[in-house]
Amino acid sequence: MDQTMPFIHVEDLSYAYVGEDEKPIPVLDHISLDIREGEYVAILGHNGSGKSTFAKMLNLVVEDYTYAEGKIYIDGMDIMSPDMTDDDVLNLRRAVGMVFQNPDNQLVATIVEEDVAFGPENIGIPHPELRERVDRALAAVGMTEYAHHEPHRLSGGQKQRVAIAGIIAMMPRCMIFDESTAMLDPVGRREVVETMEQLNREQGITVLSITHYMDEAARADRVIVLSDGKVVLDGKPEEVFSRGDILHRVGLELPQCTAVSQYLKARGIPLDGVLNMPEQCADAIARAWKNGQN
Amino acid sequence: MNNIALGQYYPAKSVMHRLDPRIKVIGAIAYIVAAFLCRNVTAFAFLLLSCFVLILISRIPLRIVLKSVRALVFIMLFTAVLNVFWVTDATVEPLFAWRFIRIYERGIYQAVFILVRIVAMVIGTSLFLTYTTSPIALTDAIERLLKPLAKFHVPIHTFAMMLTIALRFIPTIVEETDKIMAAQKARGADFTTGSLTKRAKALIPVIVPLFASAFRRADELATAMECRCYHGGEGRTKLRVLRLGGRDVVALLLMGFFIAAIVLLNVFGSRYAWLFTM
Repeated sequence: MDQTMPFIHVEDLSYAYVGEDEKPIPVLDHISLDIREGEYVAILGHNGSGKSTFAKMLNLVVEDYTYAEGKIYIDGMDIMSPDMTDDDVLNLRRAVGMVFQNPDNQLVATIVEEDVAFGPENIGIPHPELRERVDRALAAVGMTEYAHHEPHRLSGGQKQRVAIAGIIAMMPRCMIFDESTAMLDPVGRREVVETMEQLNREQGITVLSITHYMDEAARADRVIVLSDGKVVLDGKPEEVFSRGDILHRVGLELPQCTAVSQYLKARGIPLDGVLNMPEQCADAIARAWKNGQN
Repeated sequence: MNNIALGQYYPAKSVMHRLDPRIKVIGAIAYIVAAFLCRNVTAFAFLLLSCFVLILISRIPLRIVLKSVRALVFIMLFTAVLNVFWVTDATVEPLFAWRFIRIYERGIYQAVFILVRIVAMVIGTSLFLTYTTSPIALTDAIERLLKPLAKFHVPIHTFAMMLTIALRFIPTIVEETDKIMAAQKARGADFTTGSLTKRAKALIPVIVPLFASAFRRADELATAMECRCYHGGEGRTKLRVLRLGGRDVVALLLMGFFIAAIVLLNVFGSRYAWLFTM
């Protein structure tokens, strides 16, 4: 394998759904991008931008490949190749795990720890490693004390953390969160976003977060903006958020604190530093206030 | 409504709760066999006694056990009454005769026996299977007991998986039904008044969205399962390991003794041994 190739390498990827009258409905339009191992990437886009389809392509779970073109290499493996065997597909899904939007529709078992065990059971992890993996995964998402609970009695955020544990237990190198916070209340969202960050920082797992929440994207190392199946922006959050014009055109709003700080700057208040997260923004405003008083 | 997925499982800490679920499935079958083996008064009395012993061992309150019996009261009485009038015995005079109705001693015995048999079977199986075994443990046990059938291409794993998913989704779907009903009520739907047909019709706007969402859920769940490397039962390991312990062996032995005792009582017990030899 080519050692210089990044963990995920997408080359000229196009995809279209088969419409009702057998006509293709384009979703992804010649996308090319690289994601290195250990990165924390947010993929932004409004509804219908193709961001979910893109995520599903990376795990080979779209419904129809009639209009799929281009190449995707994951860890050097050409996953769109017709030579992919069933075992290759399983290996791909072991390496790249996916967490979906609705926590209710991803949990399989009636007991939390059995659900977490579902993935490793499928790939045939023997005892006692199976037990260890389940315990470690539950600890990683802070749900150890709920191991014997029934999922339907948990809150949305807790359910989603169980779903994440179910993926962690397969020990993937990359995790894709396909709008995993969209159905949660603010508390649940914070729980899940913090878990994502921890996985990335502490365990070195590559995280791809598909979202339409700007404040979530602001926490990532890198933001990719999709619109009509094309990459329109790709860079560090501060770079991407400095292009308010383009974001506005593709139907996205700046994160609130970025918008506030840009407004203040435009009115001659000297703010410094990266201002995409509420804490940083508040600090910068406090500093500017103090300086102004002196 | 919240406990619906657990069925009638009654959590308690009894020996019976701790038995291996496979042994309990075998126990339930053994108990049914025993109930059918009974042939005379002594054997039936022993069967009834064993029922009470089981209730004591399981530590399930009598009131809860009787609930499962109450559900079947009509069927039991119907069968019993039918037997009273149906059974004829040409060798003796009827106890009671009026026009075409003839009631014989043998008929009354038979009715009582059938009553005891049904009560014992209901109590026995519900104690072994529903009250002391959680549905998930039961599914597990059935999958493992039927595993030999997989050699003959019977899809045992698929069946067990379907059961597990059904159990997992019952509370979710119940919750959703409540939500849809509330939403329809807010739009002026009326589920409580009117004739039966009217009320049934009022449920259509509940059932249609419920089905639509169930299909969507199924689709999403299938994708999520694929992403978690699900590819059938082949090469699958299991988190929960079932191991037979000392108490399971003792339980099996007791079941053997129990059936043997019933057979012996049939032979050496009181009269009316002839009742069920027709």
